[in-house]
Amino acid sequence: MEKLEYTFAAGQPAPGRAVTGVVASGDLEVLLEPGQAGSTTVAVQTSVDGYGANWTALLERVLGPGTLPAARIEINDNGATPGVVRMRIEQAFEEQANGGQRP
Amino acid sequence: MTDIDKLLQRDSFIERNARSRAQALLDPGTFRELAGPFERLYSPWLAMQQLVTQADDGVVVAKGLLEGAPTVVLAIEGGFQGGSMGEIGTAKIAGALELAARDNRRGIPTQAVILFETGGVRLQEANLGLAGIAEIQSAIVDLRRYRPVIGVSAGTVGCYGGMSIAAGLCSWLVLTREARLGLNGPQVIEQEAGVAEFDARNRALIWGLTGGAQRAASGLADACVDDDSAAIRATVAGLFARGVPAQHRSERAADYLAALAQADTAVQPAAADVRTVYMKGEA
Amino acid sequence: MMASTHTSRGAMWLRLLTGGAPALHDWPSVRVCDAPLNGQTARWIAVVPDPDNRFPRARNGEVGLVEGWQLAQAVQETIAQDRDAPVKRPIVAVIDVPSQAYGRREEAFGIHQALAGAAGAYAQARLAGHPVIGLIVGLAMSGAFLAHGYQANRLIALDDPGVMVHAMGKASAARVTLRTVEALEKLAEKVPPMAYDIRNFASLGILSQVLQLTNLALPDEQDLALVHGALETALQDILEDRERNLTGRLQGQHRAASRRVRQLLETQWEAAD
Repeated sequence: MEKLEYTFAAGQPAPGRAVTGVVASGDLEVLLEPGQAGSTTVAVQTSVDGYGANWTALLERVLGPGTLPAARIEINDNGATPGVVRMRIEQAFEEQANGGQRP
Repeated sequence: MTDIDKLLQRDSFIERNARSRAQALLDPGTFRELAGPFERLYSPWLAMQQLVTQADDGVVVAKGLLEGAPTVVLAIEGGFQGGSMGEIGTAKIAGALELAARDNRRGIPTQAVILFETGGVRLQEANLGLAGIAEIQSAIVDLRRYRPVIGVSAGTVGCYGGMSIAAGLCSWLVLTREARLGLNGPQVIEQEAGVAEFDARNRALIWGLTGGAQRAASGLADACVDDDSAAIRATVAGLFARGVPAQHRSERAADYLAALAQADTAVQPAAADVRTVYMKGEA
Repeated sequence: MMASTHTSRGAMWLRLLTGGAPALHDWPSVRVCDAPLNGQTARWIAVVPDPDNRFPRARNGEVGLVEGWQLAQAVQETIAQDRDAPVKRPIVAVIDVPSQAYGRREEAFGIHQALAGAAGAYAQARLAGHPVIGLIVGLAMSGAFLAHGYQANRLIALDDPGVMVHAMGKASAARVTLRTVEALEKLAEKVPPMAYDIRNFASLGILSQVLQLTNLALPDEQDLALVHGALETALQDILEDRERNLTGRLQGQHRAASRRVRQLLETQWEAAD
């Protein structure tokens, strides 16, 4: 099991919060909450060791541009493919924008 | 409507995750999750063993209304660790049922639905999972005196282990054809008793004896419903409307002993034998 | 006929503690009798091996279909008999159960429902005001323990390597978690709820007492007095307790998460509108 942490520049704090996905084999859970303005943090817990570079590359692609709202993101991963990871993160941003859950 | 049309219009309950299933059961706009993922109630025991944890520990507690009646839904996430029960998940279920019983003692008729999608005790937490399941069983027996506790198992995990005993304590039990309800999983029986006793790869045997249709036909469940969220919700609502049964299934010891005395135990039973033994004399 | 591989401590302790009181039923594998505890009549129940059980997979003291339902009936009868009595008699579950019965007949006829009958009856007895005490004298495993003893107000265990509480036998647990038995044992050293020995189980705060006897296999007068004393202490404890639920099991250091979850649920139960 490996833990990874990242910080990215971001916009204004996300208005809502959301949870997507399940820690099932080949899937992941994404928790998203409003972050400090200007900064998105990501904490990854993954059952598959040795893929740090892949996580870095993927998160760079999604959050690197810095245009998404500032969020505190936690990822609990159980061997999901990059495609599934990206989908769950985007789902989470979408849900919190659509009113998500009241904090 | 053709079969294909029906299939396309169907809103599969099985394909929904636990949170989504709870949302499907409660009246629109009334779903409110308690002790949810943002409380970060991660299993300390899984973390200790370097295993990835889920923020709600695989159980969703949701309060709301069901056909206008105060209801708490306890939804087990079968996708996480096979729906296995650890300290936190069992505490969520038992704690919520305890509060529902307390509500009733204060004049609020809170009722409960438990969505069983579980293999039983989480072995990485063994004795705390087992103790927690005992506490769930205690809380069901307490609450069911006031309002029904309805169990639902839709699949694909089904309901096994200590939680199958909890399901047996429910006021009413709803299954789908895809669900299985049994104490010991097929692999465990094959390991303990040999493949002749139970071939864990024989799907026809497994569903034939422990599947939802057979359980309902034998009187061990109250309904076998299509895998459709609306149908499941309607069935649950209908059972709540019936109220607490005059006698819970688990209270019918004399009936079951009398029936078992008629069973021919010299041979392995076929599904039809079980139905005959249990439904003889039933209207 | 194969000799039983399970030596029945349950049968022995039931006989010793009740002074050989006669069985109330003609049931080979579930022994029920009345005998005094602290000067009042108590009902004592044990599950014992029946090598001639009609159900071939339940011949070594396992709790099977018949055992589950007979336990249920025995406890239901106790509740019915004392329904109008001002004092509900204590019920003592003498626990020595290696497992539930594993078999095709058992699954086909719904052993889960039989065990629910037993567990539910014990819980109902407790809610009706009967003091229920569980005395673990051997194995207390899995579904069998859920059915017979785990609904007790108080649980007492004897301190001995042969006394174990767990959710699954070591060999099966190892297979299911894809480890060796040795690896599992090593893990159990660091993770108290995974351990098999009674000392580790006691650290979870679920037991009210653990008893040191001089000779578990052949208890002497002193041992018997110790056990009787412990049962009487448990009885007094229950009678003085306003609660007849299982909240007394939540105080241990290793149950902090169980307490936190309940506190959080209670705080959030009423909507903050």
